[in-house]
Amino acid sequence: MASISILKGREKQIYQKGSQDFDMSCDKKSLAGSISQRACVFCGSRVVLYPIADALHLIHGPIGCASYTWDIRGSLSSGPQLHRMSFSTDLQERDIIFGGEKKLTNALDTLIDQYKPKAAFVYATCIVGLIGDDIDAICKKMSEEKGIPVLPVHSEGFKGTKKDGYKAACDAMANIVGTGSIKDISPLSINIMGEFNIAGEAWVIRDYYERMGLEVVSVFTGDGRVENIKRSHGAALNVVQCSGSMLHLAQHMQEKYGIPYIRVSYFGIEDMSKALYDVAEHFQDIDPEVLPRTQALVREEVKKIHPVLKQYKKKLHGKKAAIYVGGAFKAFSMIKALRTLGMDVVLAGSQTGTKEDYQVLKDMCDDGTVIVDDANPVELSKYSIEKKVSLFVGGVKERPMAFKLGIGFCDHNHERKLSLAGYSGMINFAREVYASVTSPVWQFAPQRNQ
Amino acid sequence: MLMRHTPKEIPERKALTVNPAKTCQPIGAMYASLGIHGCLPHSHGSQGCYAYHRSCLTRHYKEPVLAATSSFTEGASVFGGQANLLQAINNIFTVYDPAVIAVHTTCLSETIGDDIPQIFAKAENEGKIPDGKYVLHANTPSYVGTHVTGFANMTKAMVDYFATANGHKEKCVNLIPGWVEPSDMKEIKRIAFEMGVKSILFPDTENVLNGPQTGKFTMYPKGGVTIDQLKKTGSSRGTIALGRLASGPAAKALDAKCKVPCEILDLPIGLKATDRFVDALRKMAGVTVPDSLNLERGQMLDIITDMQAYLYHKKVALVGDPDQLEALTEFLIDIDMLPVHIITGTRDKKFEQRIQELTADLPCKVNVKSGYGADMFHFHQLIKNEPVDLMFGNTYVKYISRDEDIPFIRFGFPIMDRIGHSYFPTVGYQGGMRLLEKILDALMDRQDRDSSEIEFDLVM
Repeated sequence: MASISILKGREKQIYQKGSQDFDMSCDKKSLAGSISQRACVFCGSRVVLYPIADALHLIHGPIGCASYTWDIRGSLSSGPQLHRMSFSTDLQERDIIFGGEKKLTNALDTLIDQYKPKAAFVYATCIVGLIGDDIDAICKKMSEEKGIPVLPVHSEGFKGTKKDGYKAACDAMANIVGTGSIKDISPLSINIMGEFNIAGEAWVIRDYYERMGLEVVSVFTGDGRVENIKRSHGAALNVVQCSGSMLHLAQHMQEKYGIPYIRVSYFGIEDMSKALYDVAEHFQDIDPEVLPRTQALVREEVKKIHPVLKQYKKKLHGKKAAIYVGGAFKAFSMIKALRTLGMDVVLAGSQTGTKEDYQVLKDMCDDGTVIVDDANPVELSKYSIEKKVSLFVGGVKERPMAFKLGIGFCDHNHERKLSLAGYSGMINFAREVYASVTSPVWQFAPQRNQ
Repeated sequence: MLMRHTPKEIPERKALTVNPAKTCQPIGAMYASLGIHGCLPHSHGSQGCYAYHRSCLTRHYKEPVLAATSSFTEGASVFGGQANLLQAINNIFTVYDPAVIAVHTTCLSETIGDDIPQIFAKAENEGKIPDGKYVLHANTPSYVGTHVTGFANMTKAMVDYFATANGHKEKCVNLIPGWVEPSDMKEIKRIAFEMGVKSILFPDTENVLNGPQTGKFTMYPKGGVTIDQLKKTGSSRGTIALGRLASGPAAKALDAKCKVPCEILDLPIGLKATDRFVDALRKMAGVTVPDSLNLERGQMLDIITDMQAYLYHKKVALVGDPDQLEALTEFLIDIDMLPVHIITGTRDKKFEQRIQELTADLPCKVNVKSGYGADMFHFHQLIKNEPVDLMFGNTYVKYISRDEDIPFIRFGFPIMDRIGHSYFPTVGYQGGMRLLEKILDALMDRQDRDSSEIEFDLVM
């Protein structure tokens, strides 16, 4: 492929290990005119809060924001399905001129009476920030009238990046944390944070912790319930995956309620086991039996999947992979998980990594690996071809790009249909990677024939 | 019951849309822009809008959908987006090198009042638009109209920016296909070709959003109408616009600007609408209808004749876009089915009037609603009150289909869980045959599933 130009001002967001001094630029807004794969503040808030299944999610703005996020995340609920409905004030031109406050009040009034939700989240979109509707006052008033928490989520799209949306979501939830009874909560208890139950992953993880003898007070926010969030301050430890989305709330709970937190990842054998051991270690003083129970669990689970993984590893050994995901933390886990399968990662990047994240990424990677921040499809395709990758791990917008190039693909975002977390998830991941990389279709793909 | 939150009673709703049967203008503009060859759509607003539009189109077409964004932040939202757009135009032409940039606005840039033509003029003066390269724009505030309006506005912008009359009329006919699939655009071109009519189709997403596996990543796939062709539309002998809402404005603009007479027809879905399209082409180009098309028509008619018994008075509910629903309603009535609930989220008085005319002689009550309050929630309520045998709509209808146990044909936008729509047409006689196959498959699969062992039959 002919060399491509890189957007001026982006040169430092691409780094090839071993070729130059490491001075990665990141954590900055995308340039105007870029084909960034990123989204907005609203998107961040919406994906974090969406899985709370017994809450009302009302989007205050023109219809698009509600349409595009209608049941798009794949977070499963074991009970209520209210979160899968799409509610919008559907602002029209006259509302932009005269304000949408009356409409918002009416909508909340109707919906809360009709559905009796445990809480309501009101998302402010771009335009609401601009016309200045006082959603805080409306939420406060409705909250008093209806006797449930009605929480404003300040997620005006232009106010920053997806990360700022995560923070807005955490701020909204922080208002209900601490409002429930914490009587009867075990001293051996945790909150699972940053786990959204895509394809039922929270259930897998929850099962592990329960087998270790721990009580899970609340999952933020997979298969989420308002009641559990209210009493989550009774947990002894916050276990944070997807730190980008949840660290803010964990820090808040540490400051306000003195709950310590640890960061974990559930992808790949290595990180999954480390997560369980780290949690076990935390409770060692209260119950020395937690660690042996955890060891037994890990042994049992690894034993189950090890022979199967070995088979896949034989077939995948030496194949090259590219990773482009939202959060950098996930990229770390992916690198380890792909190494378990015998694969080499030659391109790794994220939409929202920090300087520290990229330092870790650099230290993990082999020489020659390309590291990218906030990349676009042109760059991603260029390096995928140059590096001769057989697998691309990404999300919805990367999938067709990889397929056009004749490269296998694994969705590690909203559209995964199989649980990829935990030990059982590792098998699913291996199977999916194997199926895609070795698909007979590639024998017909022009790129592979060259 | 995923939709257990839908009650049977239909209460008055004032301030609320639940499960929308529409989406916003910019995505329609983006889809239309992708039908220009070498075009990079550009969203003038914050990043989220364009990310959602790209994701949604990607899920529907399973193709890479590229577009750029002005990346608005708080600063741009307060001081205006001029600096962002100027920088974007410069960056895009320097790095991504498209033939044309199609800018559409969002609710944000519209409300702060960015004047796009003025910004274009400034870009031109500052030498940011290279020679032989183009820009165009459409105003698409999300709080006005819907995705259909956005498509119409961008298609009209193609005329406003490029169409020129060169003084004499060429033997060419302009075809504006409306919001249809790439496969439908191909079929419309094929019909014209079969008739020996030289045509310019715009926008044209064939080979852009149903492209082949090439082993390469191409920013600008082979398809799309070229700027040269768009310029020539002003010298064509006439325009046939398919779909009043999506194509009408462009056709009228072409008439006003270049005196190219136009005929605004229904989308050629079904027998009568396709007949009208073929006839309009025949008259406008002064040709005769070839045997090959008559043969296709006869085959379609033959299927309807053979299968009458299975179609007779089956009740159908439809939700989608006005242009599609008007044609589809007429077709369903012609094959003796009963469309009883017809819903579109796009507000359009003429739509309701037209549907009432089409359904006036049906032996049953027909519910038709457009605009505010016409959403999937209302659609579901109507079905709960009066069940149907079959439904047409986008992917979201699958929830209702599952809850109410009613067969459902995916039709419209978006379809995120099936393929075929971008490869096989539903317009023209060929498309009509495919629709018939889908309808009969749905009804007869259902009959097979529901029949007792005693009734179960080999030949149907």
